[in-house]
Amino acid sequence: MDKTIATPAAAVADIPDGAVVMIGGFGGSGAPIELIHALIDRAPKNLTVINNNAGNGHVGIAAMIEQGLVAKMICSFPRSSDPVAFTEAYKAGRIELEVVPQGTLAERIRAAGAGIPAFYTATSYGTDLAEGKPVEEFDGKHYVRERWLRADVALIKAHHGDPMGNLTYRMAGRNFNPVMAMAADRTIAQVSRIVAPGDIDPEHIVSPGIFVDAVVEVPNPVQEEILIREGATYP
Amino acid sequence: MSSLDDIKLTNAQIAWRAAQDIEDGAYVNLGIGFPEMVAQYTVEGRTPIFHTENGVLGFGPAPAPGDEDWDLINAGKKAITLKPGAAFFHHADSFAMVRGGHLDVAILGAFQVAQNGDLANWSTGKGAIPAVGGAMDLVQSAKRVAVVTDHVTKTGEPKLVDSCTMPLTGVQCVTRVYTSLAVVDIAEGHFVLREKLPAISFDELQDLTGAELKTEGPVADLTVPET
Repeated sequence: MDKTIATPAAAVADIPDGAVVMIGGFGGSGAPIELIHALIDRAPKNLTVINNNAGNGHVGIAAMIEQGLVAKMICSFPRSSDPVAFTEAYKAGRIELEVVPQGTLAERIRAAGAGIPAFYTATSYGTDLAEGKPVEEFDGKHYVRERWLRADVALIKAHHGDPMGNLTYRMAGRNFNPVMAMAADRTIAQVSRIVAPGDIDPEHIVSPGIFVDAVVEVPNPVQEEILIREGATYP
Repeated sequence: MSSLDDIKLTNAQIAWRAAQDIEDGAYVNLGIGFPEMVAQYTVEGRTPIFHTENGVLGFGPAPAPGDEDWDLINAGKKAITLKPGAAFFHHADSFAMVRGGHLDVAILGAFQVAQNGDLANWSTGKGAIPAVGGAMDLVQSAKRVAVVTDHVTKTGEPKLVDSCTMPLTGVQCVTRVYTSLAVVDIAEGHFVLREKLPAISFDELQDLTGAELKTEGPVADLTVPET
């Protein structure tokens, strides 16, 4: 078994127009910038993007929006230190927004990965974000029913990976990456280093390879925060 | 009463007061911005463990400039450090900690708090792009939900109100409010005044509050360090 792919460009080559794409990361931490930029080079249109945020500055998801790739954002917090790309597209009516409470977003993704089509949560009960959703009372407390959230593709960032698709993460860069890996038909992971099967202690594997379809090595990945401080733009 | 601006507590002083109620060993989530200041005033000898939504328990203050590792940030996207015993986990586990009722305390900011404990803090409802983050999860499920806030808005309107007019973050969730003038509990659908600045009278404070302030026994003086 060898899930390795030589380049980010080759890894994202099959993502079609209209795809639902999960992108890991929380702000820049754990964001697969090289995969995102490879996707911008390919320029599929009319994408639905699922991420905690909606881009920052003029790189990564913000650059996807500026290049007109994104028809809809599903996120918890479409603000950042420089949210101009999303803000302008939203105010011009070029992009649709679905705001989801952060824990509900994570759990909808996890539920999809675990084959659970819906679940109940206290989060958002009695608020505008619960409008139109079924409510049920369990043991004296009200809960809102939420649906799973699936994707065609997940682009994620990990630390070490092996050809079987086993992954480790780095610090808080883990965030949404392991749950998104479970919830997409095809999960593509960029890793700082590919090691041989067995080189990652099985006790330390966070995402077992069954959730991962492709692994591409990106040594010394850029950090979105550094790019933004440099005023970088993409392309 | 002298001008409100002369007597009211600074945000740092409000944060100091909130910190006094955090017990040793408590698992605590502090909202982005002003509530984050509470960590700076941790009572000596107590070791609360701070949780951040993006998957860290046991983080410490910001590193020195130049020492940032941008894989190690908090929910406000600021660089942080780790304390001994810190742990990383993914987002679904992070919110299992929140939604499963494992957090002892969540401290958030507020646009409005109603006397029944309803909180409005995520959207003014006036056309800004909505952004909720983890607030709705925290307020419904942490064991104790407290608010730090000015007592009134910049234009002098009460922030402690009869019922919220802004979009709700959660219903009947807040149990204590630390304001720039007072400490107010919420119990059985009412504001209960616990502490107030000595420089303001009860009647003056009532005039700045949008619903009845009840009392249960003596009201203590709210005294804080100069900071």
